[in-house]
Amino acid sequence: MRKIVGLAALAAALICSGANAQQINVKIGVLTDMASLYADDTGPGSVAAAKLAAADFMKDHPNFKVEVISADHQNKADIGVQTVNQWADVDHVNMVADVPNSGVALAIAPVIAQKNMVFVASGPASSDLTGPKCQPTTIHMTYDTWMLANGTGKAIVKNGGDTWFFLTSDYAFGHALERDTAAVVEANGGKVLGKVRHPINTSDFSSFLLQAQQSKAKIIGLANAGGDTINSIKQGAEFGIVAGGQKFAGLLVFAPDVAALGLKTAQGLMFTETFYWDLNDQTRAWTKRWDKERNAAGKLPSMNHAGVYAGTMHYLKAVAALGSAADGKAIAAKMKSMPTDDPVFGKGSIRADGRALHPAYLFEVKKPSESKGPGDLYNLRATIPADEAFRPLKDGGCPLVSG
Amino acid sequence: MFTIFGVPSGALFGQLLIGLINGSFYALLSLGLAVIFGMLNIINFTHGAQYMLGALAAYLLLQFAGIGYWPSLVIAPLVVGALGIVIERCFLQWLYKLDHLYGLLLTFGIALIIEGVGRHYLGTAGLPYTLPDSLQGGHNLGFMYLPNYRAWVIAASLTICLGTWLLIERTRIGAYLRAATENPTLVRAFGINVPRLITLTYGFGVALAAFAGVMAAPIYNVSPNMGSELIIVVFAVVVIGGMGSILGAIVTGFALGVIEGLTKVFFPEASNTVIFVIMAIVLLVRPAGLFGRRT
Repeated sequence: MRKIVGLAALAAALICSGANAQQINVKIGVLTDMASLYADDTGPGSVAAAKLAAADFMKDHPNFKVEVISADHQNKADIGVQTVNQWADVDHVNMVADVPNSGVALAIAPVIAQKNMVFVASGPASSDLTGPKCQPTTIHMTYDTWMLANGTGKAIVKNGGDTWFFLTSDYAFGHALERDTAAVVEANGGKVLGKVRHPINTSDFSSFLLQAQQSKAKIIGLANAGGDTINSIKQGAEFGIVAGGQKFAGLLVFAPDVAALGLKTAQGLMFTETFYWDLNDQTRAWTKRWDKERNAAGKLPSMNHAGVYAGTMHYLKAVAALGSAADGKAIAAKMKSMPTDDPVFGKGSIRADGRALHPAYLFEVKKPSESKGPGDLYNLRATIPADEAFRPLKDGGCPLVSG
Repeated sequence: MFTIFGVPSGALFGQLLIGLINGSFYALLSLGLAVIFGMLNIINFTHGAQYMLGALAAYLLLQFAGIGYWPSLVIAPLVVGALGIVIERCFLQWLYKLDHLYGLLLTFGIALIIEGVGRHYLGTAGLPYTLPDSLQGGHNLGFMYLPNYRAWVIAASLTICLGTWLLIERTRIGAYLRAATENPTLVRAFGINVPRLITLTYGFGVALAAFAGVMAAPIYNVSPNMGSELIIVVFAVVVIGGMGSILGAIVTGFALGVIEGLTKVFFPEASNTVIFVIMAIVLLVRPAGLFGRRT
């Protein structure tokens, strides 16, 4: 009797596990800056975007169980590496998303490759992530310093801004952005008159701005981001930089930064982004849903938040195609072979070096009189098609391509 | 124009002036810290958060009550000072007889709570606060363009610092305070309400921090992180000047602002570490600080 019951139980267990064998478990870790200068452009908004993508995907794929966890890297590379190691060995995370701060991103990319996870890098900017430091598991979403330099730099030089002075954040991102923009300026007939490097997360820019003023350059290129850019522009207004005839070039500006500056201070700023909440019906609809997930008043989604959503969705599609989240290299290869399509960036693709391609947009901040309400910040000045917006494949120096 | 070490003299004078402006903030904040430590023996780590609360109060007064900059300079320190008094009555008064470490830990914890709550509701990108109309614009001094507001910062800071020093060193109430710190029992025997004096002193130190916060609101980013970025540097300034010395805090604040300004010209990448290097050297040579009394 006992043997029959035992056999029946075993058969039932096997049947049940047979039904569960189709369930695919995926764990996504959002590694971001929760509390410091990049927190509003990424941070909790990125976690909300990842959770939104997971929820959207699970609705259409009921056999998927996607779990989203998060951690704060505090802009420190050693904390980033430690967290990724723990996620790989202890928490069995399959994909790491976001990671603003190129220093942290460059430090964890080889670790992720070694642990065979996937790195959906929608936060960092350095073009080295698809260049000399490319990895088979790194997918670089949203933007990079080459795109920013080419979009913004070329437009400004063509408009007459031919002498530049750089105010650079003294770490990997600032150096990359300064290098790429200086190359564009010089290639288009302009001249770089000087530069000064400031520590990340500086609150007082007065002495750096003074040096920029004394260089007499027509354009002061801000090779920094987040809180640093906001402070530079705010204090530049105070020191009469724009009144004195010089102009700021915001090389990396996000919508939450413009909201923090206010239109009176930020009007006229021109920069390149790949997402704006009010761009079309699809982005507007997505923003409403992100806002509900974010659940905090008065927040605007940045292009990084959009990148987390788009990258996570595409990653999950690749996992569905392969049937499992275990092999990071295979999933990354699958992501490169499938075209991308999402409501935030539209149609695009991912190249062999990991670079995600989609159109970029040149925006100009509205005057206060032109704005119809909070959040109505940008005028669209130009659309750069996907094949022109990013660095050509052969110029990158990525070993995966030339090798 | 001549050059000094390869830098044109005009540029150098401009940087010195800017260093003086930054020094004004360091002096105001380290004054509050020195008053609180010198008189109460509490290492007030909440000082940065209270500086932030001052700026936040100014922003809220403008947003919701339409109260501008000048009234805020008076109202915000009073409000935040009152909050400080609440903290002192509820928490700090139990720690006076204990080791300094307890006060440091408690005030550090309170600072983390205040900043965390602020971050939750306000994010970190900052809130806009415009310059008051009467202080907009500036003057071209030849070697640099000096915004009127920054000139006002130096003037206000010097006045407050000097006024506080006079108050503590040269008036009767200051004498009572200094006596109460040395020997509270004896001073009580003379009929002076020592606990109330101490509470008001803490409130005054906090009000100084909030005053610095209101002054910072138009030029620095009003964000919950603004205090934590500044407080470590201010502590270094207080340590260099001597923990209990009022004059030391003021002089060192301005001096270190100038030194930091010079570093930004010659070696900008080191500008946020030079103060700590100086602190290490001073501690090796004169452990009590430049103006400190050896206890």
